[in-house]
Amino acid sequence: MTTISHEYKRVFVWEVPVRIFHWVNFIAIIALIATGILIGNPPALMSGAEATNQYWFGINRFIHFAAGYIFTLNLVYRVFWSFMGNKYANWKVFFPFSKKRRKNMSHVLKSDILLQNLKNSSFSNISVGHNAVASFSYLIFFILILLQIATGFALYADNATWWFPKLFAWVIPLFGGDALVRLMHHIIMWFVIIFSIVHIYLVMYHDWLEGRGEVSSMFGGFKFVRKERVDIKKELND
Amino acid sequence: MSTTEKKQDTYYESIIKNGFSRRDFIKFTAFMAAYLGYETSAVAQIATALKTTPRLPIIWEHYQECTCCSESFIRTNHPIVADIILDKVSLDYTLTLMAASGHQAEAAKKATMDKYKGEYILAVEGSVPMGEDGIYCCIAGKTALQQLQEAAAGAKAIIAWGSCASSGCVQSAKPNPTGATPIHKIITDKPIIRVPGCPPIGEVMAGVIVHVIAFGKLPELDRQGRPKAFYAKRVHDSCYRRPYFDAGLFVEEFDDESAKKGHCLYKVGCKGPVTYNSCGSIKWNNGVSYPIQSGHGCFGCSEDNFWDNGPIYERLTNVPGFGIEANADKVGMVAAGVVAGAAAGHAIASTMSKRKEHKGRVDSGKDIEKQVD
Repeated sequence: MTTISHEYKRVFVWEVPVRIFHWVNFIAIIALIATGILIGNPPALMSGAEATNQYWFGINRFIHFAAGYIFTLNLVYRVFWSFMGNKYANWKVFFPFSKKRRKNMSHVLKSDILLQNLKNSSFSNISVGHNAVASFSYLIFFILILLQIATGFALYADNATWWFPKLFAWVIPLFGGDALVRLMHHIIMWFVIIFSIVHIYLVMYHDWLEGRGEVSSMFGGFKFVRKERVDIKKELND
Repeated sequence: MSTTEKKQDTYYESIIKNGFSRRDFIKFTAFMAAYLGYETSAVAQIATALKTTPRLPIIWEHYQECTCCSESFIRTNHPIVADIILDKVSLDYTLTLMAASGHQAEAAKKATMDKYKGEYILAVEGSVPMGEDGIYCCIAGKTALQQLQEAAAGAKAIIAWGSCASSGCVQSAKPNPTGATPIHKIITDKPIIRVPGCPPIGEVMAGVIVHVIAFGKLPELDRQGRPKAFYAKRVHDSCYRRPYFDAGLFVEEFDDESAKKGHCLYKVGCKGPVTYNSCGSIKWNNGVSYPIQSGHGCFGCSEDNFWDNGPIYERLTNVPGFGIEANADKVGMVAAGVVAGAAAGHAIASTMSKRKEHKGRVDSGKDIEKQVD
């Protein structure tokens, strides 16, 4: 290992489409959770008013469905980008099958989750894009989200006139009825909430500890790596 | 039973013989076509079919059930509906309504099964117990399973009346001590129409039979084997209280002001939003009312396993494996709390464990600070 300076170089990690995806996703999830909780257990708002003069629950459900569409299309867009984007956005980073990513996973688990102070840390253990644990958690989250999309559109399909939601109509008979599908949709929402808590916390943790622009990278797209890391790569290439 | 010997009357002949006028008959066909959701041209089709088709032999079996399906059936709101089914469709065997009993009844059933092999309709009311070799339900010395297999072998199609026959209903609720099993899980080589409901609406039952008679085939079925004409819509989506749902006006307690005003019963556990049936449009007892109109939430009686789908008077169903009182929100909130707590714990632990590493960076950052103007 070369001697470590405190000089950093700026890396462009998150391209514009990735950042747009992230923030659209953020807004859609907040809208979906907020309206979804209201649908699950509507508060007794304006219960004295006449039905003629209000439609808030209908509007609430409309926002939920509209946000659901945006959320889904946004996800499709991100999957597309995982074939088009840079190496940090590539679909490969979500599968921890390479030796390097498995090693990184064990490093992150030891160093960041169990908070061990490891000696002999090498540059390859310091992630520039997603770390291996995070990206793998996104893969699991993605599968969970597919289930959420399927159950959501399955419940919506019956009243839909468009073919797209009807693609999911088979989900209802698969689980035997709306009641169970609705419960699954509800439970997955809580997984999303829990995921979000962990996600936000760990981003703040990394930013606090490493100071490499973890939080701001999702706004500007840049993270920082030590100068030596770039030099080593240069040497290898020469 | 004697009808099996001589030439069978057509439905029309039987109806006229029974003292109805042709006008009554045409009204009836219009009525059925409307229920089945057909356009007016179907009225003539149904009329022609009923004039030319000989009466359809039906064997109506009763297994683990309460006969509420039969009770609902005889309360259909057009006199010919009741007549056509009970008198005119040759109900060659039905425990509740036939005159014969004992060996005579079994003999009549055997005779129909032999004579109309491959032509008769088998209507089944009730589930079949599969536990303990089926001894929980025996008729004429045979188990329900044996009876069903014999009757199904020569049937053209099977109608599974009610939730018992189509999903198992209360006797198959956990822990299902008798191993109550719906028909479609036992007989797999015959077309089966599932007509769920506890009981199904009488007009729905009549509609299914008239469709089979008039068009010689099963009505169009959905993915779950239910006739689309009656089970394509949620009760919620055809409910007259739906505008209150969209306006966000809900009954909170059964004795509150909203209940008096007839607001939506969503929050007191109405299962209308997850239940497919025609209650909101056809209603019950000659169109008088249906549960929601009478101020009580929908039970979800036409949904599979509705007895196990959580409490009747609450929205959120129980999460399996988390005890009786834990609903999804409570489990979710506790889990989110635990995770948030773990994150806070991790944050505190990291300030200690990573103190040196962090301090190094802060110190070097401070050095740089001094170099900046």
